[in-house]
Amino acid sequence: MRIVCPFCGERELGEFTYLGDAKPVRPEAGASEDEVFDYVYLRDNVAGQTSEYWYHGGGCRAWLKVTRNTLTHEISSVEPAAGAGATKVGA
Amino acid sequence: MKYSIFSLARAALSGHKNWQRTWRDATPKDRYDVVIIGGGGHGLATAWFLASEYGIKNVAVLEKGWIGSGNAGRNTTIIRSNYGLPGNTGFYELSMKLWERMEQDLNYNAMVSQRGVINLYHSDAQRDAYARRGNTMRINGIDAELLDLAAVRKMIPFLNFDNARFPVQGGLLQRRGGTARHDAVVWGYAHAASALGVDIIQNCEVTGFVREANGKVTGVETSRGKIGAGKVGMAVAGSSSRVAAMAGLRLPIESHVLQAFVSEAIKPLIPGVMTFGAGHFYVSQSDKGGLVFGGDIDGYNSYAQRGNMPVMEDVCEGGMALMPMIGRVRLLRQWGGIMDMSMDGSPIIDKTPVDGLYLNAGWCYGGFKATPGSGFVFAHLLARDVPHEEAARFRLDRFRTGAMIDEKGQGAQPNLH
Repeated sequence: MRIVCPFCGERELGEFTYLGDAKPVRPEAGASEDEVFDYVYLRDNVAGQTSEYWYHGGGCRAWLKVTRNTLTHEISSVEPAAGAGATKVGA
Repeated sequence: MKYSIFSLARAALSGHKNWQRTWRDATPKDRYDVVIIGGGGHGLATAWFLASEYGIKNVAVLEKGWIGSGNAGRNTTIIRSNYGLPGNTGFYELSMKLWERMEQDLNYNAMVSQRGVINLYHSDAQRDAYARRGNTMRINGIDAELLDLAAVRKMIPFLNFDNARFPVQGGLLQRRGGTARHDAVVWGYAHAASALGVDIIQNCEVTGFVREANGKVTGVETSRGKIGAGKVGMAVAGSSSRVAAMAGLRLPIESHVLQAFVSEAIKPLIPGVMTFGAGHFYVSQSDKGGLVFGGDIDGYNSYAQRGNMPVMEDVCEGGMALMPMIGRVRLLRQWGGIMDMSMDGSPIIDKTPVDGLYLNAGWCYGGFKATPGSGFVFAHLLARDVPHEEAARFRLDRFRTGAMIDEKGQGAQPNLH
């Protein structure tokens, strides 16, 4: 598996670190216990197309949002992750 | 059939042409008291204990492939009970005791070999942690010995003791640990369960649940038709989230790939099971002579049953750090299995919020050693509707209540366990 970093080009997997599913959104401060539980612990754990965060620690150190198929490891898109490292992305 | 030295002699005299099938290849009936989804070690063990221990014999085990095609045939065959946290300690020892009598119980040679498991330590802090774990084990009646450097040198003289970064200082040894023949474990359970009337149904994939208006599960839809069930138990290893989703459940689980490796066969070298505590590397030698080893999971969600290069490199580096001479041994095979990585690294054996549906999931790395214990306590839950006392902490709601069992102390992220 290789990831095409939008800043550095195609690089081998060892340069990247996986953070996890990009779908869960951190609840607001006043969120209920159920919402926090859901965010921290429950996962869709999709078999197929999924969107996830990867960190390019061995390269430009940007956070990336990667669309990948968990059944085949095929990557269909890589883009800078908005929010995480947004200022760097915009620069 | 019953295996004995006489049955072996009889078969040998007739040129090994008259061996019978060891289990019946059953066709599904309309209804069973209990349907187990998943014909791996855990599912088959559950069915056997339901029949032999709890007297429930109208049981079917549904396997989407063939027996031994899943994680049962994709592990590193290690058995041990060296756990330190309440919940784990008692459960894995229960499982260890069942391993010790498995071959007699099943009338099947599972090649259980108690050659010892040693976890090496490389720092004072790690020694203290292992001393504490060993003490916990001994308090609970489990064997454990803390070895110093001289004792390890005597036992495994070929290690790289002069490793500058991670010098071996000693190890925690469990002599009753060891390995078992993974295929024979599933074949043995299938053989023994089938003899008690359990239907083992292969090539039968579950595609949905049959439910009443109030939500209760009363059966399963499969690729071989609808099958009614009093209770349905899930024991599907890396596919728990997928099967649970058919019943509308989301689980605290991610599926990850763990790779394992086998070298070409060499003469007897490694006496038991060794783990390299400074990295993450574990190795044993199979009875055929191949070195069987593994390390970390690949670290990202996967259902692909194959791994990637960085972990392969990392595992081989761990092996080389410990035993530089294996650098000349060729790697023969490599494979990947898909596992439920739970949020605290520990299993879940519980009723689900869906009436009639029971869950056995979240085994992370540790499913093989748990096989008999898992089957025993899951059968107890299915038969009696209350958890077995040694599995009472493996609750599905422990993440909500905060009663997590985080053996590695890593926190709520599956790819760290």
